[in-house]
Order: sequence, then C-alpha cells, then structure tokens
Amino acid sequence: MFEFLRARLRQGTRTTPFPVDRGELPERFRGLPVVQPPPCRDPQTVPSSFVTATADGRPALDVGACLFSPEEAGCTTAGTVTYSRDYRLASSTREGLVSTTAEIELAQALERSARRLFGRSLRLRSVVAGSCGGCEAELVALGNVVFDLARFGIQFVASPRHADGIVITGAFSRNMQVALANTWEATPAPRLVIAVGACAIAGGPFHGSPEIGHPPGDGIKVDLYVPGCPPHPLTLIDGLLRLLDRLPATRHRDSAAETRTSTA
Amino acid sequence: MSRIPDVGLRNRRAVPLPSLPDEPIDRFRSAILESVRDGCRIVSFFGMPENGEETRLIAVLADDGAGQLAGLTTVVTDRYPALTPDCPQAHAFEREIAEQCAVRPDGHAWLKPLRRHSPDHRPARRAAAVLDPADHPFFCIAGEEVHEVAVGPVHAGIIEPGHFRFQAHGEDVLFLEIMLGYQHRGVESLLESVDGARAVLVAESIAGDTVIGHAGAHCGAIEALARSRKSPRAQTIHGVALELERMANHIGDLGAIAGDIAFQPAAAFFGRMRGECLNLLMTLSGNRYGRGLIRPGGVAFDLPSAMADEMLDRLEALDEELRPVAQLLFSNGSVQARLEGVGAVTRDRCIELGFVGPVARSCEVPRDVRHDHPYGIFRFAHIPVAVAWGGDVHARAMIRWIEIQRSLEFVIDQLNALPRGELRVPCGPLQPDGFVVAMQEGWRGEIAHVVVTDDRGGIRRHKVVDPSFHNWTALAIAMPGNQISDFPLCNKSFNLSYAGHDL
Repeated sequence: MFEFLRARLRQGTRTTPFPVDRGELPERFRGLPVVQPPPCRDPQTVPSSFVTATADGRPALDVGACLFSPEEAGCTTAGTVTYSRDYRLASSTREGLVSTTAEIELAQALERSARRLFGRSLRLRSVVAGSCGGCEAELVALGNVVFDLARFGIQFVASPRHADGIVITGAFSRNMQVALANTWEATPAPRLVIAVGACAIAGGPFHGSPEIGHPPGDGIKVDLYVPGCPPHPLTLIDGLLRLLDRLPATRHRDSAAETRTSTA
Repeated sequence: MSRIPDVGLRNRRAVPLPSLPDEPIDRFRSAILESVRDGCRIVSFFGMPENGEETRLIAVLADDGAGQLAGLTTVVTDRYPALTPDCPQAHAFEREIAEQCAVRPDGHAWLKPLRRHSPDHRPARRAAAVLDPADHPFFCIAGEEVHEVAVGPVHAGIIEPGHFRFQAHGEDVLFLEIMLGYQHRGVESLLESVDGARAVLVAESIAGDTVIGHAGAHCGAIEALARSRKSPRAQTIHGVALELERMANHIGDLGAIAGDIAFQPAAAFFGRMRGECLNLLMTLSGNRYGRGLIRPGGVAFDLPSAMADEMLDRLEALDEELRPVAQLLFSNGSVQARLEGVGAVTRDRCIELGFVGPVARSCEVPRDVRHDHPYGIFRFAHIPVAVAWGGDVHARAMIRWIEIQRSLEFVIDQLNALPRGELRVPCGPLQPDGFVVAMQEGWRGEIAHVVVTDDRGGIRRHKVVDPSFHNWTALAIAMPGNQISDFPLCNKSFNLSYAGHDL
C-alpha cells in the first residue's frame, strides 16, 4: 500500500498548464506553414497537393493537404514556404484551411444551442477508416496525465450510442465504408463530426490511391478539421476547445516566441 | 541453406535479379520445404507480373544462425501446388499471392481473402481473380452450447479496425478467427508508382508508430540499389531514433497492459513516460514519431552536441523514473496472477509458424535482425538479445521491460560518442534489374522491404512485410483455452499493427 502512495507522491502533478499557460514547442517543430511571395522561379517538386490555387487563380497553401514534411517547405510556385511553430491549425471549414497568406481561418465556436448541449460534456466516438495508426496514437495520448482531455469534460466512449459525435481518422478506405456509415448513423442526433489528420481531410500520403477516398454515402458534413500528420495533442486540444468556446483568454501573447520551453 | 545456392544475398546488399536461382515450380517448392526443415525461415514470398501473362514468384529465406539470406524464383501461370500443407509458415504469404496476383495455391486449406481487395499485381492479360473479396466464410463450431461472438471492425477504444470472430463455450474460447483488411490503403502500389521523394513519405506512413522502422527499411533498400553508403554519423542517428521508437512503444505497451488489468498507477505513469520518448524524437526531428528524419542516403537532421547533452539529461531522468514503476508493476502478486499463464504461445508453434520479434523472443526463440543480420550501427554496437520463457502475457511484458532498459543504455552510449560524418550522401540512380532485401528490427519485430528494379532502374516491385504479417496468427492461436474477457489483455500483449498488416 505504502509503495503506491510513495510512487504517487514522487510522480507529482504532471498535467500541462496548457491552455492557460501556453509554452513553446521545440525549435524543429513544424507547425503552421507560411508562404512568402514572390513565387519561386525554380520551384522544387513538392510531394503533395499542398501547393494549390484559389478559385480566382492566386497561389495558395492547402494546410489540410499538408503532410508537414521538411520537403514541403522551400521554393514553391506560391512563394517560399517555411514552417512556423504555431500549433493552432484547426478550422471549422475545409476552405478555411486554404491560405494565401500566413493565416488560416481558425475554428469557430459552435452555435449557442450546440454549446449548451456539448460545452461542458462532450462524448466522442473514434472511428478509424484507413489510417496508419499515428493519429489514433495522438488521440490516445490526449487521455494521459499530461494532456488529460477529461478535465475539459471531453471523453471518448465505447459506443456510438453513447456519443455526441464521431472523430474520424484515416483516408476513408474502401473496406471501412460500411462500418463508418453504420457508426455515424448509430450516433444519435444532434451529432458532431471531427476529421483529424491529413488523411481524413485530403487523403494524406495516400492521396490518389484507388483504395482510399471512399466516404460513406454522399459524404458527411464535418464540423471541425484538424490538420497534421499526425496533429500534435496541443493542436487537437486547441481545436476542440475553440469548437466549444472553452479556450481561456491567454495571459501571454500567442506567437511563435523565442523561448524554447518544451511543452510535454 | 544447402539447398539454395548462395549468390551473396544479405541484408541490404543488392544482387542482380537474374542471379537468383530460377527453378521450375516443383524444384522451387521442394528447395523451400527442405530449407525450412533444415531450420531456415521464410522472410518473404510474393508474386509479381511477368511479360503480361505469367507471375514470377520470389521467395526469400533467412538462415539466422549464419546471417545469410537466400532468394529463389519460379514462374507460374494461374496455379501451383501450395507450400502451406507442408510448411505452415507460408500460409499468409500464399493467401496474399492468391489475392494480389490471381494465382491459386492448390491445396491451401485456408484460402480466404486476406486484405479483401481486387488483384493489383495480376498480369495484365489475365482475367479472373481467384478470391472474391466479399466472400470470407468464418470457421464455425457446431453445438447447442457453442456461441459465436463478433468484435469489430469498430472497437470500444481508440484503436485501428479489425474483426475478431470467436467460437466460445461460456467464457472459454474454443477458436478465434481474425479478419483484417480494413486499413488497406494500397501502399505497395503507391510505392511502385510515385517518385522517390513521395515514396519515403508513404513508407513513413505504413504504420504510424513505426515510422523509423519502415522508413529505415525503405531507405536501406534504395541505398543498396544506389550503392550509397551512409556515414557513421547518419547510421548512429538512425540507430538512436530506432531505439527511441522502440522505447516509446514498449513503455506505452506496459502502460496499456497495466491499464487492462486495472493497475492504474503503472498505466498512468508509463503513459506519460511514453510521451517523454516521443518528445525526444520531436526534439531531434520536429515530429513526435520521427517523421522527416530518415531519408535515402542518411538523415535530414543533425544531432549537435548541445542537443545530445540535453537529451542525455532527459534520459537520465527517465531512467530514474522508469525503474520504480516497473518494480511496482512486476513485483505485485496480483499483477503476476493476472499475467502469468494467459495467452501462451509455445516455442514449437512459434518456430512452425515463423513468428518474429518480442513475440518470438518471449518463447525462447532469440530472433533479432540487429543480431542475426546486422546493419548500420548494429554492426558496431551490439545490443544483447532479450529472451524470456513461457510465451505468455507475462513473458511478453517482461521482454518489453528488458528491451526498454537495453535500448536506453544503447541510446546513452551513442549520444556520448556520436561519430563524425555527413548527414546525407547522394543516392543516385538505382541499379537496373536489381534485387534487394532490406531488413530492420522494428519494435514489433522483423520488417522486410524487398525491392525489384526494372531494366531502367525504376521500381518494378516493392514488397513490404511488416512483423505483424507474421504475428497476427500468434494472437489467433493464443486465445483458445483462455477466457474471452482476457482478449483485450492478450491483444495488447501482442500489440500488432493493423495498418502494417493491411498496407
């Protein structure tokens, strides 16, 4: 008995002060990509559909299709791309992730009626539809003592019948089409849909493969898109809290600051 | 290996494809059966289309004791006599050949779809598939008191999808059949068609918790075909990342096993410590799983001495924290009672079915690619092979604890003595008509990437074998005789990759 108490005392409290106190991620962390015009004369090959164009032909970055690889930075037809250390990547719309500047449209809070239902208690069901397992690993990490998603009233549940929404990871594999449709239909309305990771948003590294890109039916309306490969747990928490309007006012400036405080 | 001539095929050493002994099917078959009877093991056995009409079958065998590989090939049309009835470890490979290549292995007792997709490596002018992806009849035990339990593909926790069909008598499991394929994304076809820059990103995403493992094997194959040699510094950084990946996953698994027996302290503490290892990978590569680091010719990021010093401090703190928690777990009587004797795999079945990695090492089969087919830094720095007895959940947990400690020592030693060298050497054109087997000891076991180039040096075939491809069968044979409520615990003690199997 005493060895357990001793161990617990020794471990102490390890929960990250995020989101009240937002430290910095390590120097090499690849966060929000920013593009600096002019377009390069000699663009390198960028291995994804990351560099794109808006409807009126302006070069843009599609952060939803970004794999956050070092190779996607550098000389592109949109300009010079670098990664900031900004972990805030979640958006409420697909279009919100397509950026012509240094910013994306960060996620907006749900409307008041939904916030009244889910604001203090959100139960989510995870469905994996053709992933590599990386995004799920970060979703699991959200439940550990460091990130402790439960302190916000957000928890993952065992059945869609108990859930307020589904979290989809993976590139919509053909073989998961039926199970994903069934799980979504089994989730009682009103329900949310959260797409996590580059695969769920735009196919990820597998884009173009005939085995992926098979969403159920006519597709599902998504309420929150969280880019990343995989998204860092802080990116996930930030997105979820924005959706619920639970992000506390920050004490420090939100910026890719100079201090190199690692956030665990 | 006396049956198959040695053409100098070794881990990460390319040979000309025509140098592989090319035999008629009956001689191909008997050579493999005899080699396996002599103690060799099938690393890979797959097919690729040849001249539009036929399928070339290639088998790679390992003589772990001698550190040698042997390759053998034959050409078939639409069927051949299966190896599986005489060599059970070929079973999954032959189902895969039937599914990918539309070639029937006659006499295979369990010919069902594997990943449930249409043939994507069938000769162009050949018509019908051999298997119908929608037709997967489950093995059933008849009897009034026998019931059937179906679990998945969507599981209760946050976990990849797979289907488990139990035949149970009350709580006792009589039989377990596993059906996968839900995570099939078309990895091999992508690796065979996209350019090199994109291919490494696909390789990193074969299994998201095994980024370094798979990227390392993929890059090893490319480097061998390009006759490119990584510098000592690059090899060491690669080894450090691989062992950090091993530590992160093993620590996470100990936490998950503890969670499944409701031993909350260890579950909570190990869960956090897994994150410490991921954060070390993030410091090095910018990504918690090491994405972006391993590239053909070496590594994309350096490990300067200031960073090494910081990592050493963090590892020292981690070391001090890990030991008391492991002690808390393994010395507890009720933990032992829960873990011992559950989900046991025997040594004989392990050898018969070709299991690899910690699963094999936990039933006294000391297979480890770092030791048997050493490559890179492992030719110079030897990590003792961890072995345990009993093949049960307790043994698999114990193996993980031993390997965590050994990897930690290795990483500390390397950080204290990083050699010089370029981070990345050029990786030029690949040798045409080449053949290479690149093996890596991933944290789940042996990863093999077998690459064949065409006459222009392009990728003709890129076969990926994840350790889970061998080891899913271990879970299926471990469950009978156990309580069905022990399934989550057994599943976690193996912790196999669905994505790695499904590709």
